[in-house]
Amino acid sequence: MIGTAQARRSPVAKVGDEDLERLLLIRHFELTLLELFERGALNGTTHTCLGQEHIPVALSPLLGEDDFVFSNHRGHGHFLARYPDPHGLLAEIMGREGALCGGVGGSQHIYHERFLSTGVQGESLPVAVGVALRLKRTTHGGLACAYIGDGTFGEGSVYEALNMAQLWRAPLLVVVENNGIAQSTPTAAQLAGTVAARAEAFGIRHQRFAGVDLAWIRDELGPLVTAVRQTSGPLVVEFAAHRIGPHSKGDDTRSEQERLHAERSGWHRAYAEAFPEQFARIDARQRELVARVATEVAARPPVARPPVARPPVARPTGAAARSSAGERP
Amino acid sequence: MTRAERIVDNLNQALHQVMADDPSVHVLGEDIVDPYGGAFKVTKGLSTRYGSRVMATPLSEGGIVGVGAGLALAGDKAIVEIMFADFAGLAFDQLLNFASKSTMMYGRRVEIPLVVRCPTGGGRGYGPTHSQSLQKHFIGIPGLSVFEMSPFHDARELLPHLLSLGEPCLLFEDKVLYTRRAYQQGEVEDLFTFDLVGPPPYVARVRLGDGSEPDCTLIAPGGVAHRALSAMRALLLNDEITCQLLVPARLYPFDPGPLLPLLEGTRLVCVAEESTAGGTWGSEVAHRLHRHLWGSLPLPVSVVHSAPDVVPTALHLERDVLIQDTTIREAVLEALA
Repeated sequence: MIGTAQARRSPVAKVGDEDLERLLLIRHFELTLLELFERGALNGTTHTCLGQEHIPVALSPLLGEDDFVFSNHRGHGHFLARYPDPHGLLAEIMGREGALCGGVGGSQHIYHERFLSTGVQGESLPVAVGVALRLKRTTHGGLACAYIGDGTFGEGSVYEALNMAQLWRAPLLVVVENNGIAQSTPTAAQLAGTVAARAEAFGIRHQRFAGVDLAWIRDELGPLVTAVRQTSGPLVVEFAAHRIGPHSKGDDTRSEQERLHAERSGWHRAYAEAFPEQFARIDARQRELVARVATEVAARPPVARPPVARPPVARPTGAAARSSAGERP
Repeated sequence: MTRAERIVDNLNQALHQVMADDPSVHVLGEDIVDPYGGAFKVTKGLSTRYGSRVMATPLSEGGIVGVGAGLALAGDKAIVEIMFADFAGLAFDQLLNFASKSTMMYGRRVEIPLVVRCPTGGGRGYGPTHSQSLQKHFIGIPGLSVFEMSPFHDARELLPHLLSLGEPCLLFEDKVLYTRRAYQQGEVEDLFTFDLVGPPPYVARVRLGDGSEPDCTLIAPGGVAHRALSAMRALLLNDEITCQLLVPARLYPFDPGPLLPLLEGTRLVCVAEESTAGGTWGSEVAHRLHRHLWGSLPLPVSVVHSAPDVVPTALHLERDVLIQDTTIREAVLEALA
C-alpha cells in the first residue's frame, strides 16, 4: 500500500470543482484564523489542519447521513468537509451571533448534528464505540468515524476502545492522521512500533495511505468502508500527512527546511501543478468567500448564551423539594 | 527573588535549582524538551542542561504519573507536568489508588517523592476542557498533599519543600499567573504589604500598610490572589471596609492553626476559589474554621465560587462564569450588610 501510494502521488487524477472548493475552503479558513490571531481578533487558542485538508475531503463522499463523526482538537477541516458552514464555525470560534454551540465550546468542542469534537486526546474513541453499537442496531449500515492523531496513540483509552470495537464488531472507522508530529514531539520520539501493528494486535484491519489523490483514496477505501458498514468490524485507516502549520499558533519549533518539505509534499502543490487554471479559479473564489465570511462574522454582536444551555439552579433542600423529586422542568 | 521576576521564570528557575541540587530529580511531561520547552515554557532549558533526566513523554497522563511514581518508589524523585490540569483526570487512578495509598497501605511508611504540576484555571479562553479548577477533586485523599503556586511564594523554596515530604504532591499553577510578576520584599502595589506566616511553605498575609485591624479576612489560593487584591482595594476605597488576604501555599491537608491568631477580631471570613461549588477546598476551610471559631465568629464563613457551569470559550461568556473581583466584593458586602 505504501509503495503504491508513493508511486501515484503525482500526478493526481482529475478533480471535481466541488472537491477543490472544499479543500480550498478549509485552507483559506485556517489561514484566516492564523491571520485573525496575529491581528489580535481571536482569543484563546486554535489548532489548524493546514496540509491535512485532503483527508476529510477524501472521506466526505464515503460518509452517509446516518454516520456520526468524532473529531478532535484539530477539527475545523473535519467539520467543514462534513458541514460547509464557515459562518457558524467562525462565529463559534469568535464568540459571535450564529455560533454553532453558543460560543461555549469554541474551536475544539463542537456538537452539530452528527459531528462532535472534544479537546482531550483519546476521549472520543470509546464514545464512538458506543455510538457505533447503537448505529449498528438502529440504522441500515451507519458507522461512527473517529479522527485521531499519531499522538493520540499514547492514551490508554485508544486500546480499550479498539478492543471493545473488535470484540463487539462495532461499525467503527478510525481515521489516523499521522502527521509525524505530536504538538512539538516527533512521532518517532513518542510512538514505539507502528500503528499497523497495533491494529493487527486486535485483529483489526489496517490500511495506510501516503498519497493525496482524492480519487485514488476513495477507490481504495470505498470497499473497505462498505465492509465496516456490513459490520465485519472496525477499520483503522492511517493517512501519512504533513502538518504545515504550527500546533496552535506561533509554536512551531521545526526547522524551515522541515516546514518547507511539509508544504511541498501536500495536496495543495500537487493539485495546483496538475490543474493550474481550475485551481487558480477556485482558489481565488474561496479566498474571497472566506474573507467575506470573516468580515461578516466579525461585525456580528457577541453571542448571547441561550438560557437553556445553563445548568438548572439547585433546588432548596427540605421536605417541599424532596416531595417534588422526579419532576423535571 | 530577583527584581520583578515573572512567575513562569520563578518556577523555571526553581526546577533548574532542584535538578542541579539533586541528581535524583527527574522531570517528565508532554512536549517539555527544548526548543519547545513545554506548553507554558515552565520547563525551558531543562533538557538542554540535564539531558536524559528530562523526558518528553507520549500523551499518556495516567502512564507518566505512574512512571513518576515508579521512579519515586525506587529511590529517585520525580516531577511530572500535566500539560493542562484538566488532564489530571486521566491520572486520577494513579494518584488515588497507587501513589497516595502506597505511602501507607503496606503496613509501613513508603516514600514516594512525586510532584505533579498542574497548570490550572480559566481566563484565557481555552474552553471547557482546558480551563477548569480541579483542586477540589483531590482534596481529602489521605497521603496526597495539594499545593498552589501564588505570587507571594517563591517556587525556589516551595518546590524543594514538596520534594522533601516523601509523598505525592499536586502543585496547581494558575495559568494566568505565569506572565505576572511575583511580589517581593513585602510590597504589594501601593496600598498593601505582605509577610509570610506559619511554618513552611507559609501562608502569605496581605494587609494595609498602616497595619490597621481588618474588618474582613479573605482567604484565597494563589490563582485567585489578584482578584482578591482587587476586591480588597475596591472594598477599602469604595466601601470603607478594611480587609486582609491570606494565601496559603498548602491547600490540603489544611492546618487552620497558624491562621487562628490572625482571625481574632475579624468580622467576616470569606473564602474565594475558582472551582465550582460543591465539595470544595473552600468548604473544607470553612468547616475547619467553624470548628475552631464557632464561639467567636460573628458571622458564618462565606465561600465564593465560580458559577455551577462549564467554562465557556468566548471571553465575555467565560467572564460571566468564572469568579471575578466583583464576585468577591459583592459576597463581602452582602455578608456584612
